[in-house]
Amino acid sequence: MKTLLEVKNVSKQYGTDTVALSDVNFSVKEGEFVSVIGPSGAGKSTLLRCINRMIEASNGEIIFDNVNVQGLRKKELRRLRTKIGMIFQHYNLVMRMSVIENVLHGLLGYKSTFSGVLGLYSEEEKKKALQVLTILGLQEQVYKRCDQLSGGQKQRVGIARALIQNPKMLLCDEPIASLDPNASKIIMDYLKKISSSMGITVLVNLHQVDVALKYSDRIIGVSKGKIVYDGSPKKISEEEINTIYGSEAGELMIEVGGK
Amino acid sequence: MKTDFFAKKRRQSLLILFVLVLVCYGSIILTDYDVAKGFTSFPMAIDWGLSNFYPTEASLAKLPEILAELLQTVLVSIAAATVAAVCAMLFAIFGSSITKVNNFMSTISRGIATLFRNIDVAAWAMILLFSFGQSALTGYFALFFVSFGFLTRAFIETIDEVGSGSVEALTATGASYFTVVFQSVIPSSLPQMISWVLFMVETNIRSATLVGILTGTGIGFLFDLYYKSLNYNVASLIVITIVGAILLIEYISNYVRRVIL
Ligand SMILES: Nc1ncnc2c1ncn2[C@@H]1O[C@H](COP(=O)(O)OP(=O)(O)OP(=O)(O)O)[C@@H](O)[C@H]1O
Ligand SMILES: [Mg+2]
Repeated sequence: MKTLLEVKNVSKQYGTDTVALSDVNFSVKEGEFVSVIGPSGAGKSTLLRCINRMIEASNGEIIFDNVNVQGLRKKELRRLRTKIGMIFQHYNLVMRMSVIENVLHGLLGYKSTFSGVLGLYSEEEKKKALQVLTILGLQEQVYKRCDQLSGGQKQRVGIARALIQNPKMLLCDEPIASLDPNASKIIMDYLKKISSSMGITVLVNLHQVDVALKYSDRIIGVSKGKIVYDGSPKKISEEEINTIYGSEAGELMIEVGGK
Repeated sequence: MKTDFFAKKRRQSLLILFVLVLVCYGSIILTDYDVAKGFTSFPMAIDWGLSNFYPTEASLAKLPEILAELLQTVLVSIAAATVAAVCAMLFAIFGSSITKVNNFMSTISRGIATLFRNIDVAAWAMILLFSFGQSALTGYFALFFVSFGFLTRAFIETIDEVGSGSVEALTATGASYFTVVFQSVIPSSLPQMISWVLFMVETNIRSATLVGILTGTGIGFLFDLYYKSLNYNVASLIVITIVGAILLIEYISNYVRRVIL
């Protein structure tokens, strides 16, 4: 299959002495479901945000869909961002606005500043928003204000906002870290479904190793800004997980292999 | 260890109390303030007020004139607060760390706001007297400048408070800067901002009286006029109408707050 994303020799330094990423290399194929795992502060969020340049990498090259992301100017960067949906731990919705308005926000990247500022959407776009909401099981919530939803519902609105962009890839920064196990499963199932049925590539930061092992086609282990594991979840050993987290054997509560 | 921690906290509280008492006592000594006399003169003041400072039937004849001036003062206060709010919104967007364009603009915006806020409304009135003379415009600008400084600060805090989450999300969809501001920052912070503007209107009406005395316009001037000509009956009527107006505005703004928040 075609390679969608290539990250080459990417480094990121904050200030003079915080090295968040150092010489990171990996590539992601179209339609792949990849999980990034690693301890707190390893650089997972930084890595994700370098891809759509919400954070500027200090060094290296990022190729997305045959385009060199680093070289893009403002307008081209906006066009690139429309092709990459983003999902956040704290949902990052405009809580005072309705569900459907938040979903329509996903289209703002395609709009001129004039119609974006005024929030002008066509009937067709509104229909599309309703469709996406139905796919995510939110048809009852369409006109509710977002602050009246549960965490799991809010995250589904976040996914709907990303999906309406018609993206090639989703970047998810700990999408289930604020959810209970039940809602977590629903969200992960939706992400998996999006990946397999729509062919959208998913790159997701996770803290739950068992979830990562269960859902992913591939695992990338990050530790102290470096990639220390890149391979199938089936082949990963307990030892390798311990290297990623810098822990001793038996310390982590994870069952590896099959389960 | 634990007991030591609480003992230390108690010692700190005692120390703070001691310092407060000391400062209070020190200032009484320095200003030659007679505490006993201070309290005993209260009844005298009340006695004077009751025997002189009340409206009579004759003073009621002045009511239409008073109300006209009061209306002008209220309108000037509202105009100053609302126009200031529009300017403050712009400066707050450039000043807030979440929506700033760059650090330079942010520092400049915050600096200007701080300058305008920290000059008292009375000082502004005196300064502007030179440029505009004794006119309603002087009062208007004095109120405008102070409102602008205060509201910019309040709006910056409001924007910072509603957080960077949705700004980040909309930027990640590829939305342009102004789209992000209008679709995320303003909708999230507008109710809180309106609440601040209402507060500013109330504050302005209170300060307008003082500004009026200084600039010789509006209800403040009228009060000054009758008070200095020893017509305490009319002066008291003016005070009563001002209090009434403030209560009314406060009632209205509380109602609006309840509806929007
Ligand atoms: N804006 C910033 N300024 C300075 N240092 C930062 C900034 N953002 C992150 N860092 C530092 O970069 C390193 C990587 O941070 P990052 O947020 O990418 O880690 P993470 O793997 O996402 O952690 P977590 O799992 O806790 O979210 C950390 O040491 C962090 O302190
Ligand atoms: Mg993170």
